[in-house]
Amino acid sequence: MANLQSTFLGIKSPNPFWLASAPPTDKKINVLRAFEAGWGGVVWKTLGSQVKNVSSRYSTLDYNGQKVMGFNNIELISDRPLEINLKEIREVVREFPDRAMIVSLMADNDRKSWHEMVKKTEDTGAHGIELNFGCPHGMVERGMGASVGQDPEIAKMVVEWVMEVAKIPVITKLTPNVHSVVPAAQAVIAGGTNGLSLINTIQSVTGIDLDTLVPNPNVGGKSVFGGYCGPAVKPIALKFLTTLSQDKIAQKVPISGIGGISTWRDAVEFMLLGASNVQVCTAAMHYGFRIVRDMCDGMSNWMDEKGYKSIDEFVGLSVPNVTRWEELDINFHITAKIDQDKCIHCGLCYKACEDTSHQSIDIERGNPYNKYTIKEEECVGCNLCKIVCPVNDCITMEEHRKGPEYLNWIEFQKRGLPLNDH
Amino acid sequence: MGIKNNRLSAEELVANFSDIHPPFEHAEGAILEANRCINCYDAPCTKSCPTSIDVPLFIKQISSGNIKGSARTIFSSNIMGGGCSKVCPVEKLCEGACVYNLREEEPISIAKLQRYSTGIAIHEKWKLFERKPSNGKKVAVVGAGPAGLACAHALSLQGIDVTVFEKEEKGGGLMTYGVAAYKVTPESCKEEVDYITSIGGIDIQYKKELGKDITLAELQKKYDAVFLGIGVGIARELSIPGEELEGVEDAISFIYNLRTNDYSKISVGDKVAVIGMGMTAIDAATQSKRLGAKEVTMIYRRTENEKPCTDVELNLAKLDGCSFIWLAAPKEIIGENGKAKKLICTKMKLGEPDASGRRAPVDTGETFTIEVDMVIKAAGQIPFEELVAKADIKNNSGKISINKSAETNLKGVFAGGDAVNGGKEVVDAVQAGKDAASGILTYLGIK
Repeated sequence: MANLQSTFLGIKSPNPFWLASAPPTDKKINVLRAFEAGWGGVVWKTLGSQVKNVSSRYSTLDYNGQKVMGFNNIELISDRPLEINLKEIREVVREFPDRAMIVSLMADNDRKSWHEMVKKTEDTGAHGIELNFGCPHGMVERGMGASVGQDPEIAKMVVEWVMEVAKIPVITKLTPNVHSVVPAAQAVIAGGTNGLSLINTIQSVTGIDLDTLVPNPNVGGKSVFGGYCGPAVKPIALKFLTTLSQDKIAQKVPISGIGGISTWRDAVEFMLLGASNVQVCTAAMHYGFRIVRDMCDGMSNWMDEKGYKSIDEFVGLSVPNVTRWEELDINFHITAKIDQDKCIHCGLCYKACEDTSHQSIDIERGNPYNKYTIKEEECVGCNLCKIVCPVNDCITMEEHRKGPEYLNWIEFQKRGLPLNDH
Repeated sequence: MGIKNNRLSAEELVANFSDIHPPFEHAEGAILEANRCINCYDAPCTKSCPTSIDVPLFIKQISSGNIKGSARTIFSSNIMGGGCSKVCPVEKLCEGACVYNLREEEPISIAKLQRYSTGIAIHEKWKLFERKPSNGKKVAVVGAGPAGLACAHALSLQGIDVTVFEKEEKGGGLMTYGVAAYKVTPESCKEEVDYITSIGGIDIQYKKELGKDITLAELQKKYDAVFLGIGVGIARELSIPGEELEGVEDAISFIYNLRTNDYSKISVGDKVAVIGMGMTAIDAATQSKRLGAKEVTMIYRRTENEKPCTDVELNLAKLDGCSFIWLAAPKEIIGENGKAKKLICTKMKLGEPDASGRRAPVDTGETFTIEVDMVIKAAGQIPFEELVAKADIKNNSGKISINKSAETNLKGVFAGGDAVNGGKEVVDAVQAGKDAASGILTYLGIK
């Protein structure tokens, strides 16, 4: 059995699955349940100045009958009294000493407030602090959350304040509501942060009620931009994560990956792109804390299959496989092939290719089943037919190189090679 | 006990004859199923539907919450899409062609989804079509069955004033009078006819029978065109001794009586033999059982492989507790005091394939006898040969001959449905009605 033991900035947890700072980690009762279910750690929902929440708070993007492809919230940081939160954190740390307890903080924008908040947190026995520089709604208007994370200079300054007093590891959580997370990451590293986490939620409008014409969530007839997360944001999170993993400065500190992680597969992907551990929220809000069981089991089985003994062995392995476009091999060429024995004649490949791609599929009309074959000479190897095919391995992409040697775009131009003629 | 009626309590009868089609109880169920559909291109289901309903489109419309659009998609191809979703042998049409079958998975429940959209539309009386203003042309339609109604609707849509002459008291034809009541309840038949005619411009005159109350010559004189959708009616005789005995009945009249009377008034035997293995035979057998018959035995001269009914139908009969004798043909019915008592059958074996491509039954000469008190003949129906011949309509053993425009040898007289094809599915009749309407519109210079 593979060892799922995780150490992040010296903070140990029995597995790399933490619950992200969010509603599920707002109270002792929830966190105890999470630990009983097997979660490796939690980031306690952000503590800060007094706020008041509204109702309703959440809305989702559903797709073709599948609920919660994306999830949106307009909830603010913890609205419970600070003293209660601190007391409960202390109690939970005592009850579950083997689990990671990170506390998310968002103090008012002055040095004194941050110092006080850090000290109070450390008094609970928590193992680490996560700075919330990412919340995209509600707190921004007060100059906190994403408005800090979006300005590298301010972010650096706040991190410096924190590091003046911090005795436990500090993770800075970055906002994705920027065109690149690298400048903020570099700034907070310069400010002394020990680690990074990303992404926080993305500003969004998930949809509109077509009867009331009010976007969701509806708060007394009005709505506001919310923070978007869940499965739909995973690709965006992975991209931001990769930019950090490939940055000479950012890659010096460990990263906790967040963004739409629902299964062990998602988690492995984040780790392959450089996350040392992962944080989960939406999937737990959808199905409850029990989801961690398959996350641990699935990751462990995959590691056994691949021969990885500990999680550190595969962290970052896919980072070198993401390159720049101009370095891709132009001579690499694949074409689609349809396995006629597996084909169920749904015609989706044909329609997609015919209408929206390169008209590379032949149709032989039949009653009721048509026969579809690839016109190899027309196929550009785009994958679309394979993507829309409902049968696994019915359409495969076969390699037919255009030339034996590696040839990239820069070299291609240098040699003055011809463009496509279609 | 012999033949008697009212065996079962009123509650038992209600339970036995309630609609066997479970609806989707909630929109979620329909949407879940709709989302299983992968939306095939040039879809095999559509190609396997005689009326070419755009199945992927109407299913997509359910999943997008556009139920009105979904119902319109169905009805614009098949105005009896509601009834067809209950009586169509979908296992050999749309659902049988569903690509999921090729993966050994359950096909999409197309009929159930179609019942969902059409059921809501009919119940809510959605006005999905608007007829063009009347253009003064008048067409007579004979028969308010699926072919006649489909033809009438398509004509009215184009502004033609249609008068339908129906010999029975209700419209719907075989849907109302010739199909098992648990497939299409009398209420749903009436609702469907009302829904179709709600477009306006269609006047149905009931209790008007061709050759009795009206003549073709009359109609030809009074109307710009005539459509004959008179169906088939007469049950095929077995031509064996004893057919005249009390207790021997044909399936058509048995089902007709059942559909036009209170179930408690329908007499049924204790030991019923049903001759034949088509849809009507199944309907007669299952309904005998549901009326309280103790034993129902279905007798068929070929094997299960050659049976004309579908597996789904056969399973209905099996679940109702009917038993089956394959490779047997009735030879004689023996009576006692004028009542059927015994059925002598010949054992058959399969020979060479016949014109239908199925292996033909061959008499082995061996016989066996079963005890009966009722014999229901469901050996097919024959067309109204005399009626058709009298009117000088060209025909083939009573089956009306038509050209590509659905026109008969008589100018301006069109025909379609069972009267032409000798007896097929409701959905085939609907398409025939549509085709004839299109022929009539061309004939009248409207389209």
